[in-house]
Amino acid sequence: MKHTISILVENHAGVLSRISGLFSRRGFNIDSLAVGETDDPEISRVTIVADGDEHTVEQLEKQLNKLIDTLKVKALAPDELLSRELQLIKINAQPKQRNEILTICEIMGAKIIDISQTTMTIEISDTTMHLARFEELIRPYGIKEIVRTGVIAIQKGAETIRK
Amino acid sequence: MIKAAEAMVKCLENEGIRVVFGYPGAAICPFYDALTHSDIRHILVRREDNAGHAASGYARMTGKPAVCIATSGPGAMNLMTAIATAYADSIPLVCITGQVSTDQIGCDVFQEVDTTGTAEPFVKYSYLIKDAAQLPKIFKEAFYIAGSGRNGPVLIDVPFDIQQTMIDFEYPETVELRTYKPTIKGNGLQIKKVCEALQTSERPLICAGGGVIAAKAEKELVAFAEKTKIPVVSTMMGLGIFPSEHPLFMGMLGMHGVRTANEAVSKCDTMLLIGARVGDRAVRSPKFLAETTKIIHIDVDPAEIGKNIHVDIPLVGDCRNILEELTAGIDSAERSEWLAELSEVKNTVPKEDETEGYVNPKMFIRKLSAKLPENTVCSADVGQNQIWTCNNFQFKHGKFITSGGMGTMGYSIPAAIGAKLASPDSEVVAICGDGSFQMEMMELATIVQEKVPIKIIIMRNNRLGMVRELQTNVYKDNQTAVHIADGNPDFVMLAKSYGINAERVSTMAEAEKAIEHLCNSKEAYLLECNVWRNESTL
Repeated sequence: MKHTISILVENHAGVLSRISGLFSRRGFNIDSLAVGETDDPEISRVTIVADGDEHTVEQLEKQLNKLIDTLKVKALAPDELLSRELQLIKINAQPKQRNEILTICEIMGAKIIDISQTTMTIEISDTTMHLARFEELIRPYGIKEIVRTGVIAIQKGAETIRK
Repeated sequence: MIKAAEAMVKCLENEGIRVVFGYPGAAICPFYDALTHSDIRHILVRREDNAGHAASGYARMTGKPAVCIATSGPGAMNLMTAIATAYADSIPLVCITGQVSTDQIGCDVFQEVDTTGTAEPFVKYSYLIKDAAQLPKIFKEAFYIAGSGRNGPVLIDVPFDIQQTMIDFEYPETVELRTYKPTIKGNGLQIKKVCEALQTSERPLICAGGGVIAAKAEKELVAFAEKTKIPVVSTMMGLGIFPSEHPLFMGMLGMHGVRTANEAVSKCDTMLLIGARVGDRAVRSPKFLAETTKIIHIDVDPAEIGKNIHVDIPLVGDCRNILEELTAGIDSAERSEWLAELSEVKNTVPKEDETEGYVNPKMFIRKLSAKLPENTVCSADVGQNQIWTCNNFQFKHGKFITSGGMGTMGYSIPAAIGAKLASPDSEVVAICGDGSFQMEMMELATIVQEKVPIKIIIMRNNRLGMVRELQTNVYKDNQTAVHIADGNPDFVMLAKSYGINAERVSTMAEAEKAIEHLCNSKEAYLLECNVWRNESTL
């Protein structure tokens, strides 16, 4: 089962390697990891999507909490979170295919951000599941390259990680 | 303004450090230069890992972080085994390493290695100092982190140019760490649940680990057990909490434990684990145990609870604090039936044979410990010698130190050196094998040069006996790479070449005389016991 875990950490050198090192040495599998500064520049927020059963996630939370730099760890329940992932995709696009691709993008909420004689570059930000559907739709044109940021997530409603 | 190197020394002085263990090198020279102007005593070891082990022995006596020092590159790398050993046993260390200058970091210069990166998986925390002004704050934090919550090693890597930088020195009085706040006080509701569970249990058992010692809660545990009449087994790291002769004490559990303890574990209906992390050598089949037994787990580290065993009642906090509350909150009880059942097993002493021309190590250790003073510190190495010691040494009011978690050979002598320096009035005995001794024998030089009168016992069976036994039992007796007789030196002559008095014994009668000599010697003393090559561990 996939779990989304948000972590607030001190924005110190070496923090990321401590977190990723913990995953590898404890045998946890990371699907994605995204990190960035928060409103407080001294604090970074890390979002990890990991695979495992309940016991694994509980252990993971405890081990993350044990890291000296960790301020807060929260496993976000799937029905209580909003998640997004940003993806950039470069696909083959001959001039006569452009309109077709544009229609798909419009329906799926993606944006064309670059174009060349033979390619188009698309930006899409949505849930991992939506991104997967979009990828299916444009795969037939020939994907040249994909870059993704990894999932970031926030709680629904007024609740925050601190509370 | 003072040099940061001087500030490092002042930090140590402010922390009340009297003794440090180390080995110098170019990258740590500014610190060594400054150290000569201090009253802090520097113990020069003969290899860096032994500085770490000696600091570990020292810390286990004082209960406070002890300091070891190494230079960059190979010095730091040699120290790694000691850091990992301390991490596995939750021993508070502050490890200081020199590093190449900041502008050279990453250039693969002479004696450069990524020290903090290497040590990352087995330190509680680490620092690479890049701003000299932060040095006092970092030292303050390092000592606090190492010696609070679940103890552990903290590494401070100090580049050469940082040590030379002039800084304003003021040692902080307090530590401000918003991300690190260990839980000390146990949850009241959970404490109540523990009391209820124990009161309704018919066959409760306490399993005590090294965490009880780390929390300095030995007396509190004895008081709790005596009030509730709950029998106690101990992990290897928990040995020494209870006197061996105590009627409630049932010995060490686990793969290499005693029958009484293991029977107690399999028969109990409720097990209170305290300061024990349920290592695989202690509880071989946690799943089986969890099905039949209610588990209460008390630990200062929440991550240990539920890690290796299913727990019914978790309780996070400082062992001493919690034990005091438990003792106050629980009714006294009698459990004569349960205790009688266990005592019966305990009192069946297995018959042991003497092999002619050899010292029986188990008998020897029992005789030795009977003669030693009550407050003796016993340091055991790793291998058969360790298990012989665990199961036969009669602990009274002294301490037992060994590398329990990592099983690091070559620990006993440097750790004994550290222990002796911390407790000069205690007799300190290191028990090792001929294999482990040869991983640490360079420290005879430290013993002589620094005049540390420890007593060393080598159980020479001309084998790496623990592995030999494994090969006999599991690999159809295909004994390979475990015969060391052809390379063994004359240990007595070797000791004498250092100026250390030594003897060799091959019978129990000789051994008994030698024990007298050992106990009477005011100086360091080495005793080689000729042990039969196929002597069994248990």
